[in-house]
Amino acid sequence: MLTQLLFRALDKKAIWLVFALVFIAIAIPVANLAIPEGNPLHLPNYMVPLLGKYLNYALLALALDLVWGYCGILSLGHAAFFALGAYAMGMYLMRQIGARGVYANPVLPDFMVFLNYKDLPWFWNGFDLWWFAFLMVLFVPGLLAFAFGWFAFRSRVTGVYLSIITQAMTYALLLAFFRNDLGLGGNNGLTDFKDILGFNVQAATTRAGLFAASALALALAVIICSAIVNSKLGKVMVAVRDAESRTRFLGWRPENVKLFAFVVSAVLAGIAGALYTPQVGIINPGEFDPANSIEAVIWVAVGGRGTLIGPIIGAVLVNAGKSIFTGAFPDFWLYCLGGLFIFVTLFMPKGIVGLFQKLRPRKGKEASSAAEAGEDPSTLPQSKPVPEPAE
Amino acid sequence: MATRILTLIAFLFAVAFAPLPALAQDDLAAEINALGPGSFADRTKAIDVLVATGDERVPPVLQALSDGNLYIRRSDGKVVIATKAAVGLQLTDPVDGADLGALPASELEKIKTNNGLRGRIRTAIGKLTLLSPDQPVRLAAAQSVLKNADPAMLELLDQAIAAETDPGIKSTMELARSVIVLKTDASVDDKRAAIDLVVAQNNRAAQTVLRNTLDTAPDELKPTIAAGIDSIGRTLAVWDVGQNLLYGISLSSVLLLAAIGLAITFGVMGVINMAHGEMVMLGAYTTYVTQLVIQSVAPGLMEYSLAFAVPAAFLITALIGIGIERGIIRWLYGRPLETLLATWGLSLVLQQLVRTIFGPTNKLVQPPTWMSGTFELWNLSFTWNRLWIIVFAIAVFIALQIILNRTPLGLQMRAVTQNRRMASAMGIRTPFVDAMTFGLGSGIAGMAGVALSQIDNVSPNLGQGYIIDSFMVVVFGGVGNLWGTLIGALSLGVANKFLEPYAGAVLAKIAILILIILFIQRRPRGLFALKGRAVES
Repeated sequence: MLTQLLFRALDKKAIWLVFALVFIAIAIPVANLAIPEGNPLHLPNYMVPLLGKYLNYALLALALDLVWGYCGILSLGHAAFFALGAYAMGMYLMRQIGARGVYANPVLPDFMVFLNYKDLPWFWNGFDLWWFAFLMVLFVPGLLAFAFGWFAFRSRVTGVYLSIITQAMTYALLLAFFRNDLGLGGNNGLTDFKDILGFNVQAATTRAGLFAASALALALAVIICSAIVNSKLGKVMVAVRDAESRTRFLGWRPENVKLFAFVVSAVLAGIAGALYTPQVGIINPGEFDPANSIEAVIWVAVGGRGTLIGPIIGAVLVNAGKSIFTGAFPDFWLYCLGGLFIFVTLFMPKGIVGLFQKLRPRKGKEASSAAEAGEDPSTLPQSKPVPEPAE
Repeated sequence: MATRILTLIAFLFAVAFAPLPALAQDDLAAEINALGPGSFADRTKAIDVLVATGDERVPPVLQALSDGNLYIRRSDGKVVIATKAAVGLQLTDPVDGADLGALPASELEKIKTNNGLRGRIRTAIGKLTLLSPDQPVRLAAAQSVLKNADPAMLELLDQAIAAETDPGIKSTMELARSVIVLKTDASVDDKRAAIDLVVAQNNRAAQTVLRNTLDTAPDELKPTIAAGIDSIGRTLAVWDVGQNLLYGISLSSVLLLAAIGLAITFGVMGVINMAHGEMVMLGAYTTYVTQLVIQSVAPGLMEYSLAFAVPAAFLITALIGIGIERGIIRWLYGRPLETLLATWGLSLVLQQLVRTIFGPTNKLVQPPTWMSGTFELWNLSFTWNRLWIIVFAIAVFIALQIILNRTPLGLQMRAVTQNRRMASAMGIRTPFVDAMTFGLGSGIAGMAGVALSQIDNVSPNLGQGYIIDSFMVVVFGGVGNLWGTLIGALSLGVANKFLEPYAGAVLAKIAILILIILFIQRRPRGLFALKGRAVES
């Protein structure tokens, strides 16, 4: 049944995307580890975690696209789910340090010794077990999204109101995580990691492995998202996006559809965060900054929302641009980013993917373009042709 | 002898150049110079002479003598105040405080004192200051006596209390007297009377005095003192509520100023302007630039610089706002989420622009003197700038109500808010109204910036700190109704300040955010929602 679902779910484009990601997952570690230095194909060590970080951001963007591009929920709080996943992973990595910390306490992490903790806070229990920590990576963001979405969608908070309260949510978490007495490291966050699953975090092989994991996680997420958006549920999601009331009047429950998309998206964002922590080597409350969430939105917008490949392209391009610009002209980056926001919303509502579709000659199957001309201003461009459902 | 002649010559010169005040000055100088030579007995006499003048310049000199900072200049025998400098000693004239340059220690001779003399000086200073005709001098003296609680001052204090007319100073003096009585070995009854007197004052200073005496008091008095502390504590708890309310209203006025412009643009146009905080920031920078201009053109007007800054900030930010509306926002009508993103991008650009022009550091905006300092009313203390901001916020609110309800533009704005298409059909130029509305909202944000420049750091990040709070106010209060914004700002500000003592500033803020998130679930359109028939807006 699962294979049947997968075959139906994966259209040609998604299959190519998954293949490309699997290829990258193999090629980059090979280029870094197997090809000797001096060879033009060799990838220097510092590039591996950097590229891995881009892929994690791409996963965050994909997660955001699932709710924004397909379900019409503009979440300005996805950084919160990302950071929660990252903190869950950080807690596992902290417990792995054991007695090798500066204060050599076998149980308490350094910052707790520093802050005069006597015992481990209760919520740190279990994080020394990898399977428990990995479960929490999925569970904590998912639970927050479920609780938040349950209340918000049921009381029909929509549009900009929803955006603003998601922003308030991540802002409240930002303030909470800055506090020392929360027991999560205060404004220094969690850092100084040593091992992950018994491998040294700093080692080139581990980093290559983490990169491969990031690429494969992204590939898996593409498969999941593709399965969702190509299913009947995916069509209802698009219907909710384009005309929520009409969908409700037709007998669907938009709040349940939205809740499903929101929780799946939060879990994916949590996975992205969990892979981000060991590659960057630190997680601090700054990740909860509302500005980060909004930046993730622009990655999706640049790439093209409502497509699966768009957010991935957008996240990688914008972050690569950020790396280059902040190095070369540090003062100039914010002009670029700000200008990008304005330019994309004004002139490229469908993003880069939309631009390519415009350039390519029409193949006649773009039935959805009729909807774009509709008088309802909230109608979003739907660039991806949806196959006919089975029923 | 030679010094005498020199003094005489100086005296004659002074008389020749500045007849009357100079005469008094040189009398004083001569009397101060008399402190220098001779024995301790001579010095005692000289002190008495100085005290007899009752001159307000005498206490510092006597204090310097008591502290061992009074010297004779060997070259001319003049008595000077000397303090340690990088090289040698820095001299100041005891009479007019003029700088007399530095001299090596060998050029000076210290005027010696002993304990008897010091005691005499203390009483003399007390007499001069406690009985001084100057109110601030008397208050400072009373506070100093309260702090030192010197039993030797008791007699003098009684005199001063009898002569005192100002109730505030008198109560401080009585407090000081009670503290001294409690310190001495007076009878228990006397002490009890003193405690009753302190308790009767019923304020924070009295409570502190009682707390400090609790440990050293005789055992039979301890219950009385503890009861006194409790009874004052109960009164203070009531005042604390008042004080929190006042702080809350102050915070509310800031929130109201920051949010009200947003309420207009969001309410009328349904536009989420994420660059609103940057309009506030630009208003604050306009204040800074206005002060720079006034400083260089007409420094005399610095005191009134804010009167120029308010209209300047309004005009500049309103023009920028109209520019934004015409340039960006009008292309995005009907797509509120895109507007949000575009204005966010704009806010990044504006911040970076200001950072490039003015630099990333905080700029100093000078508060006018009538806005600085604190004042006390009963047991409440408050700063003037906070009070003026409350007044300003109320004024802005009233002005906006008048604009919206009494002007043709306001009428058109309300029409567009209620039914855009019908308003358009009736001949209202909705694009023009949109531009004006956005200009008005931005201009008000700019004026808010002028006010905030008085209490916050003027830096490129100024607006960021207010944007989420202002959104909360608008969303809480409901859209399209200024009263909603007012109530929203008041309840959030006051609730925040009442939670703070129990939870701390950060937790209070988190609690408020969570409360708003929950509140929005109950009333998705805020406190005062506009009634409409649309299924979804």
